[in-house]
Amino acid sequence: MTYKIQKNQLGGLFSAIAAKQKLYLPCTFSGKTDFALWGEDAAFDLDTLKTVKSAKEVFFPQCEDIVSFDTRGGNLTVTEAERETDDFVVFGVRGCDAAAFSILDSVFLSEPVDTFYKSRRDHGTVVTLCCSRPEETCFCSAFGIDAAAPSGDVTAMFSGDVLYLTPNTEKGLNLTKSVQNLLVPATQTDEKERAAEAENIRRITASLPLKNLDLSGWGKDELLEKFNSPLWKDLSLPCIGCGACTFSCPTCQCYDIRDFDKGNGVQRYRCWDSCMYSDFTMMAHGTPRPEKLQRFRQRFMHKLVYYPANNGGTFGCVGCGRCLERCPSGINIVKVIKAFGDNDR
Amino acid sequence: MKDMLIPSVGIITDIRKDTPDVKTFRVVAEGGGKCFEHIPGQCAMLSVPGVGEAMFSITSSPTQRDYMEFSIKKCGCLTEWLHSVEKDAKITVRGPFGNGFPVDGELKGKNLVFIAGGIGLAPLRSVINYVRAKRSDYGRVTVVYGARSKDDFVDFEEIENEWKNERDFSVHLTTDRPQEGWNGHVGFVPAFVKEVGLDPHDTVLLCGPPIMIKFTLSALVEMGFERTGVYTTMELRMKCGIGKCGRCNIGDKYVCKDGPVFRCDQLDELPAEY
Repeated sequence: MTYKIQKNQLGGLFSAIAAKQKLYLPCTFSGKTDFALWGEDAAFDLDTLKTVKSAKEVFFPQCEDIVSFDTRGGNLTVTEAERETDDFVVFGVRGCDAAAFSILDSVFLSEPVDTFYKSRRDHGTVVTLCCSRPEETCFCSAFGIDAAAPSGDVTAMFSGDVLYLTPNTEKGLNLTKSVQNLLVPATQTDEKERAAEAENIRRITASLPLKNLDLSGWGKDELLEKFNSPLWKDLSLPCIGCGACTFSCPTCQCYDIRDFDKGNGVQRYRCWDSCMYSDFTMMAHGTPRPEKLQRFRQRFMHKLVYYPANNGGTFGCVGCGRCLERCPSGINIVKVIKAFGDNDR
Repeated sequence: MKDMLIPSVGIITDIRKDTPDVKTFRVVAEGGGKCFEHIPGQCAMLSVPGVGEAMFSITSSPTQRDYMEFSIKKCGCLTEWLHSVEKDAKITVRGPFGNGFPVDGELKGKNLVFIAGGIGLAPLRSVINYVRAKRSDYGRVTVVYGARSKDDFVDFEEIENEWKNERDFSVHLTTDRPQEGWNGHVGFVPAFVKEVGLDPHDTVLLCGPPIMIKFTLSALVEMGFERTGVYTTMELRMKCGIGKCGRCNIGDKYVCKDGPVFRCDQLDELPAEY
């Protein structure tokens, strides 16, 4: 069953969803669009394809408390931070970011389970949004992702001024049911519209400059050959180790755990970190990755070789293309993939 | 639901000064007993809230029912703080982490050679005392242990008074340099293992500074040991302990989860980034 709603009525739809549960969706602040909590004055933006940060921060926030310690009077008591207990909706997740959730799941939901992440996954309903206009930096198709049919509890698709909503799961059905009075069931003509739009999206995807990105040389095999390749030297030269790629990446999941002294106790929190940073592996006696080349190599080897080795060949990249846009020195995963490809042939 | 990132409180009930820069801390849970069970070679995250948290090998044997011990060298922010505390101080503990040595698997029934350098004895001591507690399950035991000086042996009294008197145990100590009051062997571990005369069919457990591991392994291979018969334990920066934060990732392994114990032939398949 598919439903539809006019684009100019979306404010009402979001109001209705937000009246029952928290709603995260892309909103514009100071000209930049990112996922944010819905408010009546929110400038929601479902047109921007790539939010600055990916949708991962809804489930894996950039910074979150995990435990606090009361250290007053020579005592030490431990209090766990609360887990998510309320249902919420994240609306407008693109196919690439949705595919990245599966990669994050493989990390955080494998034993021993990360209960902070899990509580959000359990309570979150994901509404994905088909990419009406995939961009030149997009290469999700290289990883088998269909921008016209993203996974999710509900799949949404714009066709002109109409938004179609197709629930795929029980969570998704519950969501559409909860706002059914605002939705109109799609007709057979609508279904044809939808199919035509999907074809349109696939046609655009097939015409993108990175459509033929060849990953055949990558994966779990040749781990040491890739690691020891002389190519890393030149590839890593432009990198300034800023971490913009890792922070905008939907699949990067490395984190730090830090303590903040509140004066009357200590708050322990975790926050995103980057393997591109020089202190990431620093120990009292030194670091095994003192060189930029080693840190640069780690990030790409992890996504293209190490992660696939542990996950049945699935790559740790979803082709969202954010790193292509964000890197201040113009180096990115596509260049790495291609550099090895050219060399092999 | 219990999360491995959440620690519990541990109380330091005893502090032993082993060497000028190594102390051994005895830790029990609030309310007594051990914070958790472990197998030899596994690790625990110890933390002083506000100062830091780090991974340490558990040096006591799991057969020690009343407490856990950690031999800790003063070399960084957290360890300096730990060296400054007194008995009854409260810290946080979580774990156990890692795979541990296969004491009830591949090591069972074998003749064992323990080779340690400096603080590298800490994880091996857990196995040695486990083997002593279950003496009939294992064959002949040889311990080769080197330290910078006679004052730098960790657990020296236990070695002298207990290990040397254990059935079918031979203990060989060496120091890096000659010293007044030291009548034992002088020389580095890699050369010493050749002098001690080991049987290359024995299974080796090796731990120490990276440079010592490297040269000792070369010596062992020269003596005819197979790399499949040599176990070592690694350390890298760790934050989560459960293979998620990404710090201790080498190749397709996470040292905190897939290690810290690796056979040397397994290490050969990993990038040399440790």
